[in-house]
Amino acid sequence: MTTTITPPETRGPAAAPVSNSLTAGKLPNGAPWMVLGASLLVSAGLFGVIALSGAEFNWVGTFVVAAIIYVATITLLSRIVEGGRRSTDRFVTALVTGAFLLAMIPLISLSITVVTFGLNRFDVEFFTYSMRNVTGEGGGALHAIIGTVLMTGTAALISIPIGLMTSIYLVEYGRGRLARGITFLVDVMTGIPSIVAGLFAYALFAIFWGPGTRTGIAGAVALAVLMIPVVVRSSEEMLRLVPVELREAAYALGVPKWLTIVKVVLPTSIAGITTGIMLSIARVIGETAPLLIAAGFTNSVNYDMTEGRMQSLPVFVYTQYANQGNPPEAYLDRAWAAALTLILIVMVLNLVARLVARFFAPKYGR
Amino acid sequence: MTTAAAPIRAKQRPGDRVFSKSAVFAGSMILVTLAAVATFLIVQSIPAFVADGEDASILDTNFWAYVGPLVFGTIWAAALALLIALPISIGIALFISHYAPRRLASALGYVVDLLAAVPSVVFGLWGIGVLAPAVQPLYSWLVDNLGWFPLFAGPVSGTGRTILTAALVLAVMIIPIITAISREVFLQTPVLHEEAALALGATRWEMIRTAVLPFGRPGIISAAVLGLGRALGETMAVAMVLSATGAITFELLTSVNPSTIAANIALSFPEAYGINVNVLIATGLILFIVTFAVNAIARWIVARRAEFSGAN
Repeated sequence: MTTTITPPETRGPAAAPVSNSLTAGKLPNGAPWMVLGASLLVSAGLFGVIALSGAEFNWVGTFVVAAIIYVATITLLSRIVEGGRRSTDRFVTALVTGAFLLAMIPLISLSITVVTFGLNRFDVEFFTYSMRNVTGEGGGALHAIIGTVLMTGTAALISIPIGLMTSIYLVEYGRGRLARGITFLVDVMTGIPSIVAGLFAYALFAIFWGPGTRTGIAGAVALAVLMIPVVVRSSEEMLRLVPVELREAAYALGVPKWLTIVKVVLPTSIAGITTGIMLSIARVIGETAPLLIAAGFTNSVNYDMTEGRMQSLPVFVYTQYANQGNPPEAYLDRAWAAALTLILIVMVLNLVARLVARFFAPKYGR
Repeated sequence: MTTAAAPIRAKQRPGDRVFSKSAVFAGSMILVTLAAVATFLIVQSIPAFVADGEDASILDTNFWAYVGPLVFGTIWAAALALLIALPISIGIALFISHYAPRRLASALGYVVDLLAAVPSVVFGLWGIGVLAPAVQPLYSWLVDNLGWFPLFAGPVSGTGRTILTAALVLAVMIIPIITAISREVFLQTPVLHEEAALALGATRWEMIRTAVLPFGRPGIISAAVLGLGRALGETMAVAMVLSATGAITFELLTSVNPSTIAANIALSFPEAYGINVNVLIATGLILFIVTFAVNAIARWIVARRAEFSGAN
């Protein structure tokens, strides 16, 4: 054993005599970061020169050009040093990371826009006044907030019992054709476009109160149609997670089936069910189209679900934008403030739902 | 001892009976609701199918001539959105499932889910206020330099509120759905397949190409179709962003754009009266049928590969 493979003295492009095919021809670990930094510098320099001539510094352009330079450079470098296969790998890695960063652009842009424009009118008056007799500046979204709370609350009152009992039926009782049919129809219901739900509620209540009426209860029914399948789906999943042993233990002790469900199955899965219900509320609270069709829009506070039109936050956003008066800025500011309120409500619901899921989940450990 | 003892029958308690009956009742309510949706839409639509321009002021000749451009616009906008969203979503799903550091992965997934939580009307405001002005210079450039390409033919829209902008907003809205489903499917890839590929010397991309993507293909397809269904039915964002004229055209960047069914209903319904209401409800029925067919295809693809049933 006198011949030993001598390891290459230097790593990287300079390693001239290739003696070990496993370690030779590999870019150093920090190479991607160095290339990234270099491409950012080059791109910033390029746009900096353009900015010197008087134009504004183009941030988006800087990042786009930097990304293109980075992808091209790292692919080329890798092809020279590491060969075709690794070069393709690095190319795809750059693309996949780029796809993620690309999706972050609308999210960041949207958050910044909503917060900056929304804060213009995010004041006490906005939450304590309605739009009754308001033209131009001033006014608020109190009527819309009341309408949203009433209609979403009613929709939740309709859909939580139906959705929860349906999921109990599917998990605990359902056998045969009816159960399969219901599962299929819940899938169909998930796919109903929201505006079709609005049309349905409108057509349903046109029978009772004549064509052209728009009421809060019709809006609530439209929301319930959208909410029920979400509640069924999430609760069903949670109920199926309850171990069969728990049910069998209860049966072995002689507990009736309904008491087993109420006292054993539901308490075990209550955290997940609560999460699912809150997420479903978060989903329907931002629905605009069905409420525009079924509940209409108004400038006054209305507490009566069965009489008269009812405003809601998303429809408030839309009407403030669509029917701009004078000065238009006042209307746009109100629209953005309502959008900010809406997003905050949805975010809080999402956050609380996830916290509930995390902290109240049953402990399966022994 | 000749007759076998009768099987012991469970005692029927009132509580049991009430509970199981109400569970069955709630389940049947789903049937009733869907039947009601279908019935009301069909009943209200019938007058529209036979109406002409004299009965309903929004019709020029007959119902089918009215709904044709709308159906085209709906499918065209949704297809464009899917074309944009699908590659990006698969990239994001791969990034979260196979590229991002393990500890960050779930947090990054949550960040993408945040996009799904934004109400569509807010996307509409953002589309008009931020996106349309931002892409307008790009559109001008495309028309000036690539105008020979039929899709980019001029004259360019001055506001940027074209079908391509609407499709971009739709794409942003369906990315979270497609990403969530594809991510779940990618995570279900058998680890042994992945390790086998890596052990044979495959790079990470070769491992993904040979192990992850073939395994996840049905999941990706059904995710794409579900995203398409969502894009078909999306209303407010399109209604606000798109400045529609109702023409059938494939040009992406001009101010002549086809409208979509859902956006048209939202814009026309508040002022509709008489038979016009029935016409709009009939277009809603057609939208319902189209989305139903699209979703049914997705479910069928999922059901064919039972192991992906958990993916949705």
